[in-house]
Amino acid sequence: METAVHGREIRKDNPTLRKVLRVIIWVLLIALAVFTLIPFVWMISSSLKLDREVFAFPMRWIPETFHWENYSLIWQRVPLLTYFKNTAFIAIVVTVLQTLTSSFAAYAFAKLNFRGRDVLFLCYIGTIAVPWQAYMLPQFIMMRSMGLYDTLWAMVVLQAFSAFGVFLMRQFYRSIPTELCEAARLDGLSEYGIWARIMLPLSKAAIATLVIFTFVNTWNDYMGPMIYLTRDVNKTVQVGLRRFIQENSSDYHLIMAASLCSLLPVSIVFLCLQRYFIEGIATSGLKG
Amino acid sequence: MSQAEVKKVRYRMGKLERKNTLVAYSFLAPNFIGFAVFTLVPVICAIALSLFEWNGGDISKLKFVGLDNYATIFATKKVAEKGIEYFFNRADLGIALKNTVYYTVVTVPLTIICALALALLLNKIRGAVFFRTVFFFPYVSSMVAICVCWSFMLMKDGPVNQLIMALGIDFNKGWTADSTMAIWSIILVSVWRNMGYYMVLYLAALQGIPRELMEAATVDGASRWQQFLHVTLPQLKPTTFFVSVMMVISCFKIYDVVAIMTDGGPGRSTKMLVTYIYDEAFVKVRYGQASAISMVLLVIVLAVTIIQFSSEKKFSND
Repeated sequence: METAVHGREIRKDNPTLRKVLRVIIWVLLIALAVFTLIPFVWMISSSLKLDREVFAFPMRWIPETFHWENYSLIWQRVPLLTYFKNTAFIAIVVTVLQTLTSSFAAYAFAKLNFRGRDVLFLCYIGTIAVPWQAYMLPQFIMMRSMGLYDTLWAMVVLQAFSAFGVFLMRQFYRSIPTELCEAARLDGLSEYGIWARIMLPLSKAAIATLVIFTFVNTWNDYMGPMIYLTRDVNKTVQVGLRRFIQENSSDYHLIMAASLCSLLPVSIVFLCLQRYFIEGIATSGLKG
Repeated sequence: MSQAEVKKVRYRMGKLERKNTLVAYSFLAPNFIGFAVFTLVPVICAIALSLFEWNGGDISKLKFVGLDNYATIFATKKVAEKGIEYFFNRADLGIALKNTVYYTVVTVPLTIICALALALLLNKIRGAVFFRTVFFFPYVSSMVAICVCWSFMLMKDGPVNQLIMALGIDFNKGWTADSTMAIWSIILVSVWRNMGYYMVLYLAALQGIPRELMEAATVDGASRWQQFLHVTLPQLKPTTFFVSVMMVISCFKIYDVVAIMTDGGPGRSTKMLVTYIYDEAFVKVRYGQASAISMVLLVIVLAVTIIQFSSEKKFSND
């Protein structure tokens, strides 16, 4: 009992300690936030300078004069608009296909009984564990023989049927009571009707998570487009930006301006939907 | 029921079952066909391809060579001659393995410490949502943009070195151009980018700790530090285990940061397993050898996964 009282006394009698602790926490947090954000600040600052100012000593965070023309220059120097269009096309088609087909398949895995269900599901789970880099080469050879090399469709089929989506949706569907489906079946609804009218509306949160995950991953994908897309008209933002960097490696200011533009779309999507994104990770605990 | 009736019922039930199976397959088909063609078949082919020699030309040039590809990448002849040191100091695979393991062993604990610290700081504080967004932001930003930004910042006259010099330390080398610092610049970017992601997992775990446990510890007179050591940390064990397994796997798959920042160099100082696979497959076009290295990666990742599954019980909360 004595220790208990003692413990409480420590907590109550040290308001200064609490205050000090609070201050320390805030100082640490702000320092870490600065560390996290400083590359972005540097990127903005450099994108508004002249190339020779970027590495001037001592460095200035705020440029002497703001060279906004850098931002109009990059659109002439790099076919950024083409890259944006290609990436948006891939990201949107993959997201739609992935969400539709995987929620469809997940319904069968979660709510229907049929022969071979467990074996099939094991196949799906098994391939999640296999790193893509281990089978990217046979996949590449196959795609090339199908005539998909250097086409945007290669990127679409590469990512549209991932096992991860099926797994995520199945986990969510299993949390929906089976009685709901049975009641609907008795009312004469077909399985397709149950999927469309009951499962889909109930799984909005899971779909939102999957959509954002897929969108961000396809937008930021680097290795896939790097292997498959060679012609400039087909490049995505990531590999296009990379090509621009390799060819103009000392135009630091322009590279930073172009990099900043490549960050924008996905940042906007993230900032608008970050709640779904972060909560989705916290509940599923899985990486896309 | 007569024999005929039983037969009739059975027939109907069989028909119903078949119909159900058909319906189920129709749900699966759109995803499964894509999945089978573009994932399942390549996975199986990858194993087979590692036993062949092929430079990607006409399929008739495909030549079965047994385990030769493995002998080449493990440099078995030279190793037999000069001992195992040869493998780790000279052979591409040995160097790639050494670098990848080094990178993993440093990155995983560093990221865990940062992620856990961030989560602890953010737990139960006003303005947590704002900070959470800030720390998470690098994770969604595109790889090329942030890697290029960091490699500029780490250049010889860049802001990082200016800061180091201002602190009175004599250091003016470009990080990515120096063979000892190059791997550290990759570690830095990886930790910086991923800590926010794992912070989210830790935050969720912290919020899942039952309040009664904390209260009980307070009643028993535990100080904040004791509470952290004896209640919080043990409760976070399953998350830490899960996070480290996930991170080890993703560390072994590292490619993007290396490809953009150092391209495996200078020399072979940042050559990783996947950059090695990429080089063999798409630069040198030696498909058989590339597949053999892929199998090494596969075996490592599967081994880690199996360890995870078999020890999951030990680490989960009762």
